[in-house]
Amino acid sequence: MSARRRLSLGERLVIAAPYLWIGAFFLAPMLLIAKISVSQSVLARPPYRPIFEPSDSLAAIWAKAQTFSFDAYRALMSDTLYLESYLSSLTIAAVSTLIALIIAYPFALAMARAPERLRPMLIGLAAAPFWTSFLIRVYAWIALLKDDGLINNALMALGLISAPLQMFATTGAVVVGIVYSYLPFMLLPLYAALERQDPSLREAAADLGASPAQVFLRVTLPLSREGVIAGALLVFIPAVGEFVIPDLLGGSETLMIGRTLWNDFFSNHDWPAASAAAIALVAVLMIPLLLWERARLADEDDAR
Amino acid sequence: MSAAASWARRATLFIGFVFLYAPIVILAVMSFNASRLVSVWGGFSTKWYAALLENEQLLHSAKISLAAALTSATIATLLGLLAAISLARFGRFRTRMLFFGAVHAPLVLPEVVLGLALLTCFVAFGVGRGFVTLVIGHVTLTMCFTTVAILAALRDSDPALEEAAMDLGATPLGAFIRVALPQIAPAIVTAYLLAFTLSLDDLVIASFATGPGATTLPMRIYSQVRLGVSPQINAISTLLLALVAVALGLAALVSSGRARRDGKW
Amino acid sequence: MSAPLLSIKGVSKKFGAVVALEEVSLDVGAGEFFALLGPSGCGKTTLMRCIAGFESPDAGTISLSVVDLSGVPPYRRPVNMMFQSYALFPHLNVFENIAFGLRRQGGTRDAIDARVGELLAMTQLSAFGHRRIDELSGGQKQRVALARALAPRPKMLLLDEPLAALDRKLREETQFQLKEIQRLTQTSFVIVTHDQDEALALADRIAVMRAGRVEQVAGPMEIYDRPATRFVAGFVGETNFIEGRLDRNGAAALVAEFGRIPCEPGDLPDGARATLSVRPERIGVAREGEGIAGFVENFVFRGETTLLRVRVARDIVLRAAACHGERHAIGDSVRLNFPPGAGTLLAEET
Repeated sequence: MSARRRLSLGERLVIAAPYLWIGAFFLAPMLLIAKISVSQSVLARPPYRPIFEPSDSLAAIWAKAQTFSFDAYRALMSDTLYLESYLSSLTIAAVSTLIALIIAYPFALAMARAPERLRPMLIGLAAAPFWTSFLIRVYAWIALLKDDGLINNALMALGLISAPLQMFATTGAVVVGIVYSYLPFMLLPLYAALERQDPSLREAAADLGASPAQVFLRVTLPLSREGVIAGALLVFIPAVGEFVIPDLLGGSETLMIGRTLWNDFFSNHDWPAASAAAIALVAVLMIPLLLWERARLADEDDAR
Repeated sequence: MSAAASWARRATLFIGFVFLYAPIVILAVMSFNASRLVSVWGGFSTKWYAALLENEQLLHSAKISLAAALTSATIATLLGLLAAISLARFGRFRTRMLFFGAVHAPLVLPEVVLGLALLTCFVAFGVGRGFVTLVIGHVTLTMCFTTVAILAALRDSDPALEEAAMDLGATPLGAFIRVALPQIAPAIVTAYLLAFTLSLDDLVIASFATGPGATTLPMRIYSQVRLGVSPQINAISTLLLALVAVALGLAALVSSGRARRDGKW
Repeated sequence: MSAPLLSIKGVSKKFGAVVALEEVSLDVGAGEFFALLGPSGCGKTTLMRCIAGFESPDAGTISLSVVDLSGVPPYRRPVNMMFQSYALFPHLNVFENIAFGLRRQGGTRDAIDARVGELLAMTQLSAFGHRRIDELSGGQKQRVALARALAPRPKMLLLDEPLAALDRKLREETQFQLKEIQRLTQTSFVIVTHDQDEALALADRIAVMRAGRVEQVAGPMEIYDRPATRFVAGFVGETNFIEGRLDRNGAAALVAEFGRIPCEPGDLPDGARATLSVRPERIGVAREGEGIAGFVENFVFRGETTLLRVRVARDIVLRAAACHGERHAIGDSVRLNFPPGAGTLLAEET
């Protein structure tokens, strides 16, 4: 790996503003919650016991470090609420991602195979909901899913059911909400990957004796792998930490980590516990991102 | 393509777009329903829109949201541009990994975590919460999106153009401003619009970062929505959707006009 | 003669208002190396795609071994195609690309391994079986594409501009390889090309196409020496077009502005307007003596020959090839000789 270079004065001026901003409003707050996560919970405001004072000497800091409380992390491991929230978040996000993929794939394929002059319009229509308010799109589903909502009314009017189905305030409703809200994120990378495919590859496969189903399974699907991965990450990652959707569409039994954090913070005032859970979540989500960037830089080196 | 395949394609597109648009369209239709109940059509009425105009709280919040979105999108686009330049052009400087990670983190971080960290920080340093902290929160949230959008355009732009400008006597700064900047201008506009939309739409960060007196529109909508379906919320949602539809329509017209002028059609 | 392997009868195809093929009929025999030659847009690629099954003709039939192929999808046709872009599967390695068609046919793992090994050896790629496609050079990709198309033992191989992406030196080498592989496998090859040298070098028979029609089908020598139309004469090789009237009195000759040129009259009537196509190397160049007088306006050294531009009338310039060793200077006066049978008489095109 090549030596790290120093920045010139001009370059430092350019990078200073964004660096200071993320230093002050991202890194410092994250360090602070890391610190709080090892504090003891107290009933006060702020509801934690400060650890370091500005006047502390190095020795004093070291002495205090001995008193770090890992209670919050221990609690994280033993408190089933957090563990269950994590697992439930991951499950709900995974199921939603899978359903979004199943819905989006044929949709994206149909757009990618549409006549070329129609494609910009189709992709524009598919992406347009992304620019509208997320909150409103989730809210729109309440009117559909409620006991006296449109779907239940329609089903009863058709005589398919006699009593309303309980759809609103269930985990299923949360999955529907996530799939609906994040569908454009799945659609766009899939479309990009499918549209890029050279049609002569499919012809070559057919020419070599592959039936239409085999062409799809052996050529189209494997070649769209990057689009599938990108789309799945774009749905899965935000879905794990989702707060609005479980809060509006989910029932009380729908556990998701974003909602649990929110409740602990605002309702229970257990800041150390919430901080510890947040730090754990950050570590889980950031490590793959950094590894990915490192791999990209290594690729760049190879290319040179 | 065979007739069957073409028929299947059209059916798929139809079902897909119905799924994407039906909930929004139903919401818009409901906003003109005279009845308060979802299931009963009480005739056409614009009374909920009239009621909106008298809802001072909602109008005030809309102004706050708009002001916050304009301010934070401007700051986030500037910071994003500087961060993108640093990442695209400064090579592998010291602490690049830290900078890269910190800039991109909010992309993958649950908003709840970012909001929680910001609130903790404001409380710890005794910063009073209000409009300023709201803008700070939104800049921090949207800066990663603006950085990514501009960074992609910078990586795609041809470095030979800047080299040519410098060869013709431009300074590095001059070459960047005269040659690279016009190339990435569309990405900068996109970045700004992205930041603006995200800020206008944000509920979570705002709930943590703002204080009394600076309640945003999504926060108002949210507190109403938690209580159930409300015709007034239908009306304001429809207005917001119509606004986006008009903006997207204009953008499509402009870009198709430009494409036609460039002889692409 | 036994029935031809491929028989195309009256095939027409339109794309919207554009006529791509018009009443095309031709036959290709078993084991033959056949070329479809023509400029871009002449319909040769459309014809090939009709044979492969990617397009269906609006009219006419295509049959292979006397079986009508209409309605048979590409994956059920015993015809394989080598694509101009090669269309190699980027997610599969060299071995799996070649095995793709074999796996679709079924067959044991051992049989597939053996067949792929055989083709890797034939195309000198034995060491590259596990390479990824993007790790190959242009020439290697071309050989993988050829091996992949040959692997399922098709009755006929279609090659769409197979050498277009290669540089000049590699192209010549590959021409020999292609001929050798065609001879070894005894498969019918149908090559589509816009490059006349390629068609002349490779094919047993050539169909020259223009604007959706077949102008002439013949062996390379005949195409070159006895072009059927002015278009064929001009498209294949270099030529001079000399305009005049036919004089059948005595030894038949074309009476041009600058003199009489002996020719074979064919069935054209006396006094008919006609064009004679004469290849530059068939014109004899001498410093003096008999022949048509002219002076050297310009010349280009070509190695084996020197191509002269000789002005024979106020606005007529002929191209003639002088043999190696003869030196000419601009302004030299020369005599041009036309041996009997040097040119081909073409009727006026209507």
